[in-house]
Amino acid sequence: MDYQLFLQLTLTGLAWGSVYALVALSFVLIFKATDTFNFAQPEIMMLGAYIGFTLVSVFHLPFFLGFVLTMLIMAVLTALMEMMVVRPLVGEPMLSIVMITIGLAYVIQGFVGMTWGYEEFEYPSPFPTDPILFGEVVISQAELYTIICTAILLVVFFLFFKFSSSGITLRATAEDTTAAFLMGINVKRVFTGSWVIAGLIAAIAGTFLASFTFVDPKMNFLALKALPAIILGGMDSVHGAIIGGLLIGVMENLAGFYLEDYLGSGINEITAYVVVLLVMMIRPYGLFGSKEIERV
Amino acid sequence: MLKLKNLEAVYNDIILVLRGISLEVPKGSIVAFLGANGAGKSTTLKAISGLLEYEDGEITNGAIEFDGVEIHKKQPQDIVRLGITQVPEGRRVFAELTVEENLRVGSHTQQKNTNLRQEMERVLNYFPRLRERLKMQAGFLSGGEQQMLAIGRALMAKPKLMMLDEPSLGLAPMLVTEIFDIIKKINTEENVSILLVEQNALMALGTADYGYILENGKIVLDGPCNELITNEDVKEFYLGTGEGHDRRNFAEVKHYKRRKRWLS
Repeated sequence: MDYQLFLQLTLTGLAWGSVYALVALSFVLIFKATDTFNFAQPEIMMLGAYIGFTLVSVFHLPFFLGFVLTMLIMAVLTALMEMMVVRPLVGEPMLSIVMITIGLAYVIQGFVGMTWGYEEFEYPSPFPTDPILFGEVVISQAELYTIICTAILLVVFFLFFKFSSSGITLRATAEDTTAAFLMGINVKRVFTGSWVIAGLIAAIAGTFLASFTFVDPKMNFLALKALPAIILGGMDSVHGAIIGGLLIGVMENLAGFYLEDYLGSGINEITAYVVVLLVMMIRPYGLFGSKEIERV
Repeated sequence: MLKLKNLEAVYNDIILVLRGISLEVPKGSIVAFLGANGAGKSTTLKAISGLLEYEDGEITNGAIEFDGVEIHKKQPQDIVRLGITQVPEGRRVFAELTVEENLRVGSHTQQKNTNLRQEMERVLNYFPRLRERLKMQAGFLSGGEQQMLAIGRALMAKPKLMMLDEPSLGLAPMLVTEIFDIIKKINTEENVSILLVEQNALMALGTADYGYILENGKIVLDGPCNELITNEDVKEFYLGTGEGHDRRNFAEVKHYKRRKRWLS
């Protein structure tokens, strides 16, 4: 086997996997904190990419300023979404809340289509386009920076959850809402906070994804690969989501190349789901999830 | 200090759980709140902590006063800030957090500039066993240690009133004694008033100053604990030491004829 090709495929896979991992992380964060699943997360990612695109390409802001502004706008938007869409339903059955997030997903999709139309745009990628050579391994700078930035981001989040007061508060609320109330934690604020953080992570993922593909109203489907990543890693496990995302990215890239000759093209599209099916047969609660898990 | 005035509460708009409860916890005292399963003890505590609205419940009548302030329309976090903490039934420590992190969460309402170390030391002095397990995940603690952690965590909020919901639940008798001793110690040393919900009536009446007995959402009997403990009805139904050696007809029991409570 040509190991350089293998390395190349793995690196590209890791870059895609980073995006899946970030989206998966944003799903898990909301699931852990509020005990409900927000199916609008891929659409929130898409919205982040579109807003960034508009600020930089249409209003000609410098990329970094545009990015920071995007984050601010996304923080406000996700906070509003949580307060207006989900909060009135707190205390209702989980299924009702899940349904309303699916509704929210369609609303965002429609909004994106209405505002920006349905054609693809090229994202003003901040990364230089000339690829980097490691020996004979070629990697695009967008992919390389995606991997590096994701790694940094994940470390920052790990430290945040482990040591900061807000992080510990969030984990406590995630584990037991009633007990959190009794500690004097403002649970509503924590819920909104988890939506905001998840929205920011998703928007960052959108920025990366858009810089090695395009901005188009179908990019939410790419982010849906985060779902097999979550199931693979275990729905309530943060590091599971990350490892699941990376694994799926790498596996679909490798499978797409090595298995294409035997199984036909398009194998990379379904790899993630096949792997999840296999894992579910052996460990129904995912690789890292806790055994008692609610069904969505 | 804490006053419940004719409190009525419903679940799901129709199920009447509390039918007019009045009780009082004087400053610095320990008050026991006894009753069988489903009598409404935990609901009363939830009403005081402001949790009812999150469990589809509602206070329909009456009032709760704490230090002269009406609190029954306040949010849970504001009630904690006023100085009421609750140690919930079944301990409910944060199992995935370490002991230290649990205590940190307990101090959530405190000012950011309070000395966390010092506060933790103060609490750990009551529970030396927890000191050795600070870095351990709370889920791996034994039942008794978890109960201690739950009490310690509540103590981190520097409460004026601590409400304990069945601290003896599922613990060995020796541990129960230990926990009750600690509760008494906290009451005197920290000057924290205590509202103690229990099914272990003997233990609770032995520790508390005053007791209320709740049945079907109503207080049927109250009095100083030394009087309650000699009351014939209490002896028979809660302590199991009544003189009824011969079997009684079920229809005859539970009259509480000796004293009626006219207040509510």
